[in-house]
Formats: sequence, structure tokens, C-alpha cells
Amino acid sequence: MSRYYLFQDQKKCIGCKACEVACKTRKRLQQGPKPCCVVTVEPKWVGALPKTAFTFMPCFHCENPWCVAACPTGAMQKRPGDGIVLVDHSLCVGCKTCMSACPWGAPQWNQELGKVVKCDLCMDRVDQGLKPACATNLPHPLHPLWHSGRNSGDQAHPARQGPGSGVGGTAAGREKSVQ
Amino acid sequence: MSKDQVYSICGMCTVRCPIMVEVENGEVSFLQGNPHASGIEGSICARGAAGLALLKDKERPQTPLIRTGSRGEGKWRSVSWDEALDYIADKLNSIREEHGARSIMLSDRGGPFRDYRRAFLRGLGTPNYFNHDSSCARNVQHAALSLFGFGRKGVSYDLKSSRHVVLQTRNLFEAINVKEVNEMMTALDQGCKLTVIDIRATVSANKASRYFQIRPGSDYAFNLAVINELLSKELYDKTYARRWIKGFEALEKFVEPYTPEWAEEETGVPAQELRSFVQELSAARPSVLWHPGWNMSRYSDSFYVSRTIYIINALLGSVGAKGGLPLVNKPGDVCRKGLKSFMDLYPKPKEKRADGVGWKYPHFEEGPGLGHLAFKALETGEPYPLKAYIAYRHDPLMAYPEPERLQKAFDMLDLLVSVTFSWSDTAWYSDVVLPLSTYLERESIIACKNGLNPYFFLRRRAVEPRFDSRADWEIISGLAKRTGLSELAYESAEEMWEFQLHDTGVSIDDFRTTGMVHLADGPQYREPDEKTFKTPSGKIEIISDKWRQAGQLSLKPFEPRERPPQGRYRLTFGRCGVHTQGHTVNNPMLYEQMPENVLWMHTAEAYKLGLRDGDWAEVSNGQHSGRIKVKVTDMIHPEAVFMVHGFGHTLPIETRAYGKGVADHKLMPNGLDIWDPAGGAVALQEHFVSVRKA
Repeated sequence: MSRYYLFQDQKKCIGCKACEVACKTRKRLQQGPKPCCVVTVEPKWVGALPKTAFTFMPCFHCENPWCVAACPTGAMQKRPGDGIVLVDHSLCVGCKTCMSACPWGAPQWNQELGKVVKCDLCMDRVDQGLKPACATNLPHPLHPLWHSGRNSGDQAHPARQGPGSGVGGTAAGREKSVQ
Repeated sequence: MSKDQVYSICGMCTVRCPIMVEVENGEVSFLQGNPHASGIEGSICARGAAGLALLKDKERPQTPLIRTGSRGEGKWRSVSWDEALDYIADKLNSIREEHGARSIMLSDRGGPFRDYRRAFLRGLGTPNYFNHDSSCARNVQHAALSLFGFGRKGVSYDLKSSRHVVLQTRNLFEAINVKEVNEMMTALDQGCKLTVIDIRATVSANKASRYFQIRPGSDYAFNLAVINELLSKELYDKTYARRWIKGFEALEKFVEPYTPEWAEEETGVPAQELRSFVQELSAARPSVLWHPGWNMSRYSDSFYVSRTIYIINALLGSVGAKGGLPLVNKPGDVCRKGLKSFMDLYPKPKEKRADGVGWKYPHFEEGPGLGHLAFKALETGEPYPLKAYIAYRHDPLMAYPEPERLQKAFDMLDLLVSVTFSWSDTAWYSDVVLPLSTYLERESIIACKNGLNPYFFLRRRAVEPRFDSRADWEIISGLAKRTGLSELAYESAEEMWEFQLHDTGVSIDDFRTTGMVHLADGPQYREPDEKTFKTPSGKIEIISDKWRQAGQLSLKPFEPRERPPQGRYRLTFGRCGVHTQGHTVNNPMLYEQMPENVLWMHTAEAYKLGLRDGDWAEVSNGQHSGRIKVKVTDMIHPEAVFMVHGFGHTLPIETRAYGKGVADHKLMPNGLDIWDPAGGAVALQEHFVSVRKA
């Protein structure tokens, strides 16, 4: 897992999609790929109150990322030092193996380039001491909180254990999230 | 490589949040909220984040266009700015000569940047300025005026210090004002209660601690029962009421029959629940904020819904209280001078308004008038013919019901001009289209936001226009020059800003560091005093003389709204977080988020019609029908169906939005005639549609 992670306070998330749009704007993406997305689970009555769940799904930057292991060209990499999982476009041949390997749907297909695009936590911003686009733009304090510090995080975070950690329920929702 | 940070103002919706634009080599590289703005701190909504997609979009008017075919045919000639402005000015000058200046009208969507174009109208000599508000917040404005003598913006919404917020129709978490969203969240974090009263479970309802799904159109009954309970149980603020409310006894007598048990019949809300809600409200007073509504052009009694909301706030002592509806400060209230107004360059035109506001309807506020009545004046030629209409960032053909009828009315015009940054039905029907630069490519006049700490703010040009578009001031200057109004013609934005800042003690350089200039040291709460309420008595007047003289009741007995006939549903509309009415639907980034609207329908009703979630349905009323996907849900009242407004575009030039979803405003036959003579707004939720499987 990377030194950085995004924490979403579900209580405060209103599913406004500012994170998705900010991310796509930042990465100059056309229609299609969404390096992060909010999965909306339709409301249920909890007593007399309607409750909708909004789950933020960026790349989790796993400890042992299957996408990196699957990549035949070395394009998918884990950055030494901070563990950010990124794709080097000069090496990506668009074989989509990483897309099949990742259980979360984090690598997305960029039709325009014929290559994979994914959340790299806006590492160029991070390197300047800034937050990723999604966390900068979300109505504060709804945004996924941006913590840094070596693995000093939330034990409940789904990616603590890597992809096989048994919280796959949300991954399937990824495609469904966009209405 | 040069990198700049430009503080500016978003233009993706009417909230106009402060933003910071990062510009590298003349291109926008990043967009975020202004980190210096309180309550914003860097954040922006999805629409704001999609500003770059608007800038890059080729499917917007790129040059001035003059129509070559018949109106609405879509045949254009691309012309130079000089030719377009000459064309318009020649027409305006000859219309003014032949029919008088009063036959020229302009509408916009309100906001803080209108002083300059209103001055242009004054300079021409016409009283006929109006805005979109008669299809939006006019009922709220008039409710405030009828009680306080000042408008709805005379108080602010102190969400972050509130202990109990009530949202009735106001969908705060989907009709997004970023500062309000953030402050509401802060308040919730601090234990503030949130009650939502709505016919469907919005995202706001999903964050509420109490949710009342009332029968559509029964809000007034609900509120009358709340007042009844507050008074009969003596749960109101007696000191405040004695000091500031005039006509208390009349109110007491009036609400006597409207008990919670009575209301239960109308609203479906158990009397006991209403009672415990009122107890909770009373416990939190005066830090209670019952929001008076934003778009309240809904029912024919929405004016009274808004009035009762204000009355409840007053009974809880929250009008003028921290955490409630504190009084806003104008620059003068904090001993500062306000911006110099362009409108003051000219006398107010003596001519009476075409829409009847101020003479036929003396109780209504003259400022922006009533759009639907202006269109009726155009249709009938009464009280006088209207010959030129400039739709300024306003698309009445989508904002009001009965677009075909409006088009026929527009056919009476000698000149129809649209000033717009995106295509719209009105632009398409115009004689001349003037492409406005997007908010990232234009400056605006300096604006003032009254509030606890009033401030001036500035929209700066972040990048040069991509196409042959112009800023507001360039367009109005161009027209002013050609119509003999040299006082309004500027060569540069700086010159114009200097005029505004004259004598304010503020210079344009003061905006450099944060994009705004605050006029006080921190928020200033003011207790009401004898000058606060601008009514004859200086108090909150339950019975308004102004309304009485106009033959309108202040305390109107409740009349149940019509129930939908068998097989029909009340059509309701609203917003979502990723679109601003119709003008963002074709934005590539926002289109991807939500390409079409869906029809919310209650599970039990859908079952009766054999409709399953995701099925296609035909929804129709009168001559109009549309095909739309159904969202089957338990989260809406069974008597109503709901759709997000702004869809069902029919212009082929908008390739993405074209043909997607259904236009609610087309399903409202006679909708221009259904309006409230007490509140002034059209009532857009008084229509019943039929639905069948498509």
C-alpha cells in the first residue's frame, strides 16, 4: 500500500460527482474512462429515514498490486518510496491485462490513446505538496481526506490487505454506478 | 513556462462560487474553488470542475450570427462583431424612433453582474427589464417583502451556526451552492438537526435526521399546523413576538382550525410526528433555519408556503439571529461606501412597465418584473406593443411552459437577439446570436455580496477567448456606442472597474491576493432595531397593507390542491448535482455524468402500469408526449412523478444532448396562465401527466 491514501467520509459524501469530474478534467480524459468513481447504492428505508450509500472507488494502490504483476511490459509500476501505482504510457501497449487482473476496475481504458489510464493520486501534484484533484475539488469537508504518512492509516481501509481482502462487493458496482 | 493563478468567479450556475484558475502558457491547467473564500476553501462542484469542458466545447456559438432563413430554421450567416452590433443597433434605433424606447425589452437570469446592462436599458429609456425569477424564486421574494418590507436577500442563511435546519423543497445537497453544502456539513458534524420536507427522498433527505414525505401540494397545510402548534402550546419566542410581530392576534385566530390532526388528513403526516418536530424546533430556537425556498414556482399557493416559513422563523425568533436568518449587512451597514452604480447615470424611465408590475400589480417588486406577464404583453400588444427583445444568458423557451406559444409571441417582434455562451432554444429562434465568452474567458463588472461580512468580488479573464466571442462589457459597450450612450462605452475593463470603485476606498489592486475585498472585520451580527423592517410599522407585519390594497389576502385559508385524476400523476421537477437546468446537458463531461433524465415513479404505481425499473415509458399531457426511462422507487409519493428539468433538447447542433430525455416544461399546457396573483410566480407543479409503457 502506498504511503498516501484517500479516505472517504461516507457520512459526508453526497454523491455529487465532483471527484470524478475533477479527476477527468485534470487528466484531460474524454468520455469513457473514470480513474475514480462514486458507486451509488440506491436508498433503503432505515426506520423512517431514506439512506443512500455512496462509496468512493479510486485505485487503492495495493501493497501487492495484481495489475503490476500482470503487466507484460513493465508499464504498470509501483513507485519506489511512496508506493503509488502508476502506468508509464511510454511502455503501455494497450493489452488490457492489468484491467483483467485488477479486481476493483481501477485501470480504465482510454480509447483516445489506446492505452490504460489509472489513478496515480495525481502524483505530480502530490510531489508539489498538493492534494490530488479529487480531494482538492470536493466540497469540503466531504472530500476523501488526504493523509500522508507511512502506512499510518485507517486499519479498516479496504486495500490494507491488497486485492484479495474480501471486500469485493463494491467492485462489481463500478460499472453500475453511472446513470 | 509561465504559470499563473487567477482568482475569478465560476459561471456554471447562478450561485457564482469564487474559484481559482491555474493557467499555464495561456491554457487552463486546473480549476478549483478559491482557497481564500470562507466556506469554499478550495472546493468546487462537478459543474465547476467541468468548466474546462465548456471552454473546449466546439458546440457553442463561435462567431456572431445573423439569421438567413426563417426563425428557428437554423440557417445562419457568420458575421463580424461590427456587422452584428451595427445590425442590432440600427434596429434598436429605428424601433425606438417608431415605437418608443418602451418597446424594447431585455431579460436575464438575475445575479450580481446586471447593473451594467440594466443601465443600458435605462439609457435607452425603457422600463422593460425582467429576469427568470417568475419561474424561480419570485414567490419567496414577495413573501419576504410582504412580511419584512425587504426582500429575501435581506437575511442570510447561517447554516454553520444553526442547531436545526429545515429544508422544504429546497434540495440543498443537489441544487448545490458549495458554501451552503460545506456549512451544512459542518453544522451536522456539530450536532445540528436536519429536517427535510419533500415529496421525494432527495439526497438532502438522505442526510436528514427527520424526513416528512408529504402529499404533493400540502406544504401550506403542514406549515399552518406547525404555526397552530407553536401558538397553542406556547412554544414560540414570546419576547420576540411581542417586540417584532404586528398582527399576532389575527394570526392566532386564523390558524385556530389548522390543528396537527387536521393537517394529517391533508399531508399524510401523523399529528404526533408533527408535534414532536415542533417541540424539537422550539428547543433549538432561535438558532433555527427553516429555509424559505429557492425555486418556489411550484404550486399556486407556494407564496403562502414561503410566507408561513418566514412566519415560523419569526415565531422562533430566528429572523435576525445567529444560526437562523441573520440580517445581512450592506456596505453602508459597516460604514463603507458601496460600488458606484451604472444605473444611476440615468433617470428611472417614467413609462409604465409592460408586465403591469408597479401599476396594475402595485404589490409586486418592480426590479425584475414578471417574465411570463411580459410575454403576455408581447402576445397581446397590451398595454403597448413590444418590438425588440434581448434574451441575455436566458432561455425562456426552456425556462417557461408553452414554448410554442412563446414562439408565436416572439413572432410579433421586429428583433430577437440572444447573448449566450451555449446553444439554447431561444438562441436558435433568434435573429442575431451574440456569442458571449465563457466565464473563463471574460471579465465581469465588480460585484458586491451583502452578508454578515459584505465583500466586493471580481471575475477576471483567465484565458483569452478561444473563438470570436466577447465579454458582457464589450458587448454592451459596443451597443452603447451605437445607440448614443457614450457614458457606458468603455475601452477596457479596468476603466469600467475604476468607475465602480470610485470613492469606495478600494482599488483594483486590492483584489490581487484573494480575488475579493471584505468590507468589515469578520462577520457582524446585528440585532433587529426599529429601522430593520421596512414596513410601515417597522415590524414584521402579518397582514400586509400593500397586499390588501391589491386585493390579495395575507392569511389565505387553505384550499386543498386538486388530487390527480385516475391514471394521472402530478408532474414534479427539480435539480441534480451534475447539471444546471438545460445549459450543461451538452457539456461533454456533464453529459457523461447524466446524459438523460429519468422518470421517478412509486413502486406500487409502476406495478399497476406494468412498468419495471429501467423500462421505457411514454409520459404525456395535452399535445405533448415524450419517451423516458422509468426509475421505480419507494422514495417518491405515489401521487407524483418526478424528472430533472433541462432535458429533451431538440437542436441537432447539440449532438450529445439532442433527443435525450424529456422536457418537463413541454408537459404543461396553459402553464403560462397558471400563476399566482399574490406571489407573482408561475405554478409549475399544477400539471397532471399520464404515463404508459412505451
